[in-house]
Amino acid sequence: MKPAAFDYLAPSTLAEAVALLARYEREGTDVKIIAGGQSLMPMLAMRVARPELLIDLRRIPGLDALHEEAGQIVIGAMVSKRCAEDSALIRDRQPLFHAATQLVAHLQIRNRGSVGGSFAHADPASEYPAVALVLDMEMKAVGSAGERVIPAADFFVTYMTTSLAPTEILTEVRMPVMPAGTGWAIKEISRRRGDLALAGVAVTLRLGGGVCRETRMAAFGVNPTAVRLTAGEDALNGQPPDPAVFARAAAAAANALHEPMSCIHASSEYRRHLVKTLAERCLAQAVERAGRSAA
Amino acid sequence: MSTTQRIRVTVNGEAHEREVEPRLTLSEFLRHELRLGGTHVGCEHGICGACNVMIDGRVARSCLTLAVQVDGAQVTTVEGLRDRETGALHPIQQAFIDAHGLQCGFCTPGFLMSTLELLRDNPAPSDDQIRHALGGNLCRCTGYQSILAAVRLAAARLQPH
Repeated sequence: MKPAAFDYLAPSTLAEAVALLARYEREGTDVKIIAGGQSLMPMLAMRVARPELLIDLRRIPGLDALHEEAGQIVIGAMVSKRCAEDSALIRDRQPLFHAATQLVAHLQIRNRGSVGGSFAHADPASEYPAVALVLDMEMKAVGSAGERVIPAADFFVTYMTTSLAPTEILTEVRMPVMPAGTGWAIKEISRRRGDLALAGVAVTLRLGGGVCRETRMAAFGVNPTAVRLTAGEDALNGQPPDPAVFARAAAAAANALHEPMSCIHASSEYRRHLVKTLAERCLAQAVERAGRSAA
Repeated sequence: MSTTQRIRVTVNGEAHEREVEPRLTLSEFLRHELRLGGTHVGCEHGICGACNVMIDGRVARSCLTLAVQVDGAQVTTVEGLRDRETGALHPIQQAFIDAHGLQCGFCTPGFLMSTLELLRDNPAPSDDQIRHALGGNLCRCTGYQSILAAVRLAAARLQPH
């Protein structure tokens, strides 16, 4: 057995799970929540994480719900990525989230890996945080003091760290349905298909009066969290959808990045280059989709 | 620390009840507790796909699943592919033999389980769809071309006539 020994509890209600978290926090026990386990299990196997207790959410009813509610798509934290990928609601009404889901790891991982788990795990190379920033997603957390809704911009703090308190459980994520006429794109570069991205970019925008409007861009895999590319957004908004403009906006976005991460697979300089190239390609594709959607 | 847990799991149609440590992975449970050695363990952290098994109808890594998490679940391993009455190999297994979809065979159980789910969900996949479905399985012998051929052959043989 590779992981260090731990205890395991699988509470059957959310209230019970929240009470357990509060109790073990008071007692100073190192607790980790397990959802699909597809990121946590490798960390346990390598003993990067050595919790004393795992609390499994699998028995809690309702966390696997997926529905549309008042113009928003609501995804329960325990919905598997495979379910999100197979959902006609997500495919038809929020294609950017759908495309991002298909970029996550491999099918066999998406079969078990949960949507909520990826948000709570907050890997800097994960697609979801960037999509969350672009779409202004919201995370619902439940703790012993009740529930709160956290906007994406306040949710991701740094590497593998969110603003969830140790006693809170992420129960659902919400995103608006994509308005008609919105163009979108998500692209990433990874060494092999299914690997974590070395860098990636997600975009939404609209066209109106011959110019680009309401552009939202974010990058992942480059900084400790996903980052909005506001310099690129500003360079595009109000400008005609033209390849020269895309190149200028992409360069502005890449140049404004804080020093990107560096590793043996990709230097900081290379990651910055990837953001520029991917942003340029994303903008072209998003504009094309916006044009098609409006036509 | 670490209190053992009692779990009930149905594996290849047979119910099992065991007392397990929480840190025991499903792959270890299958191999060491149930003595089902067909599920191979390569990387033990979710990269290679050799340990893929079917859990409640979806293929997943048994090394990235704890035995305690499958309490109450239905698991199918490579041992469950063979026809229970006649003992004949599953058409996917036969196609891997006939199309030389394996050399050393270490990765094969994982490929077979991924293929099982693929052809169940999509009986006539394109080459691109096959590559996509098997992208999470590593093989260091074949160069993959004969595996693709095996999956195509299995798909053709499984087509209703």
